[in-house]
Amino acid sequence: MNLLEARAVSKTFGTLTALSNADLLVKQGEFHGLIGPNGSGKSTLLKCIAGAEVPTQGTILLGGRDITAVTVPERARAGLSLKFQITAVLAQLSVYDNVLLALQAREPMPSLMLSRSRGALHERIMYLLSRFRLESRRDELAGVLSHGEQQWLEISMALAQQPKVLLLDEPTAGMSPHERRATGELLMPIKESCSLLIVEHDLDFIKDICDSLTVLDQGQVVESGPTAQVQNSKRVREAYLNHA
Amino acid sequence: MPRTHSTEFSRHHVLTWIELGLLAAALILPLFLSDFWVLFSTRVLILGIMALSFDLVWGYAGILSFGQALFFGMAGYCTALLATKVEITSVFVLLPVAALVGLVVAFLVAAIVIMGKRPTSFAFVALGTLTGSYVVERLARGWSYVGGQNGIPSLPRLTAAGYEISEGPVFYYMTLALLVLVYVGLRLLVRSQFGLVLAGIRQQERRIAFFGYRTQNYKGIVFSLAGLIAGLSGGLYAFHEGFVGPGQLGPVLSTQVVLYALFGGVGTLVGPILGTGLVELLSFHLSQFWDTGWPVILGLMLLVIVMFQPTGLIGFFVSDRERVGSFGRPSQQGRPTPHSKEPERVVP
Repeated sequence: MNLLEARAVSKTFGTLTALSNADLLVKQGEFHGLIGPNGSGKSTLLKCIAGAEVPTQGTILLGGRDITAVTVPERARAGLSLKFQITAVLAQLSVYDNVLLALQAREPMPSLMLSRSRGALHERIMYLLSRFRLESRRDELAGVLSHGEQQWLEISMALAQQPKVLLLDEPTAGMSPHERRATGELLMPIKESCSLLIVEHDLDFIKDICDSLTVLDQGQVVESGPTAQVQNSKRVREAYLNHA
Repeated sequence: MPRTHSTEFSRHHVLTWIELGLLAAALILPLFLSDFWVLFSTRVLILGIMALSFDLVWGYAGILSFGQALFFGMAGYCTALLATKVEITSVFVLLPVAALVGLVVAFLVAAIVIMGKRPTSFAFVALGTLTGSYVVERLARGWSYVGGQNGIPSLPRLTAAGYEISEGPVFYYMTLALLVLVYVGLRLLVRSQFGLVLAGIRQQERRIAFFGYRTQNYKGIVFSLAGLIAGLSGGLYAFHEGFVGPGQLGPVLSTQVVLYALFGGVGTLVGPILGTGLVELLSFHLSQFWDTGWPVILGLMLLVIVMFQPTGLIGFFVSDRERVGSFGRPSQQGRPTPHSKEPERVVP
């Protein structure tokens, strides 16, 4: 079943065309990688899907519903969750409060004013923190975590909302090889609960965890399909070699 | 030596002690003061309530408002008109009306400058509120129905069940009670899960929107609530001073409140009240000492504080961690937590 679909999405910034008629399809329970050389339009496509950028042309569908003109909060409520490329944890809040903030997002305002759900959410917060190996650091400020730990915290915050599709923009950027491996291990179990669209430069990482890939070059889709097929594609190799 | 987390936590209750100390001092103060200083202290408490309204929007929600005087003054004018034209003097009518006027005017301003479909910029809100404050002050100066340049003088005293509330200890304690009520309400709010959302908006509004929060709605509600508080203080001020004038609507008073908060320390609630008292005291004593040049000295002192101590005077005593707070969650230190399997879905 098709869960997330981008149809002929284009995005221009003045005279620069960042994306041109890009198509993308993510199926239910699928891990889908979005790869391409620097400046190929990967992050722009991800931002158009998340609502951070408005496409110049094209349509974005989530579960068959057109969300092209839907605001960022409504997209989040519809089941899209984004982890930014640059870590965007709330540095002055504790690790625990960062996850609480993500988890309580759909609570009604009066309930938040009375702090009604805080106790009920505790167990799930601790579950997420332990799953991402942050349990022992729950009371520390998020700003003092290492870069890798901040990335994990962000992923746990994105997952806290139990999204239909999790969008990850370069989740292993700046991580050590050990942290990259650990991130892959941490992501695999979420396959049961949601689909994943991931932008990543590290091809070894992405081919290990993704079922399918879409390759972008100069704003256009070069190839799309199962990981093994795309890996062996001559066009994809050419696209990467041209930028090497 | 760098400050460690354990030392941060050891200072975790300083804010509470400062709050309790100031409350105790405020309770016994009129017993030791002359009539003049009781009046002076009452004015400080009233302006302190207004400073709380600014701290809520700026210190907690990150909305820079230069328009708090607009809600303060509008509430003052409306209640003054009720008292002089309709002869209503009951405190149980006038103060709720003042708060309501502040709430409604702030909501209207928020609808224009904050609650659009897309988030508005920091500068747009600051300039929008400043302009609103300026325009309404100019209108009041030119409108004879509300007294023009002279405002509305000789307001009758507030009454409660036939008893006149004269300026002095009675007015002081009534104001103190209202200040404590507003303070406790705000403290509960900013340390609640709602306060956590405000802290998120202040730090990274865009990030918070990606969680699904309609941030403009949160900001609009907080701004309106701050308007209610400013309106309440505006009503109190009008009847304490016995008049309302255009100056109570304009950018000068709005900016003065910003300075109170910056001087004392924003994002702490108690800081802006402390700042109000200290700035007013300094202004009074400096004006006795040098009647023409005192604003220059005061301005320089404020500049030094803002430049070299951005967390205000309260920042000397209270750690950043305590200022932000932990939103009142019960301590889980040392308690084993079940996490072997995913718990039941708890988010609707």
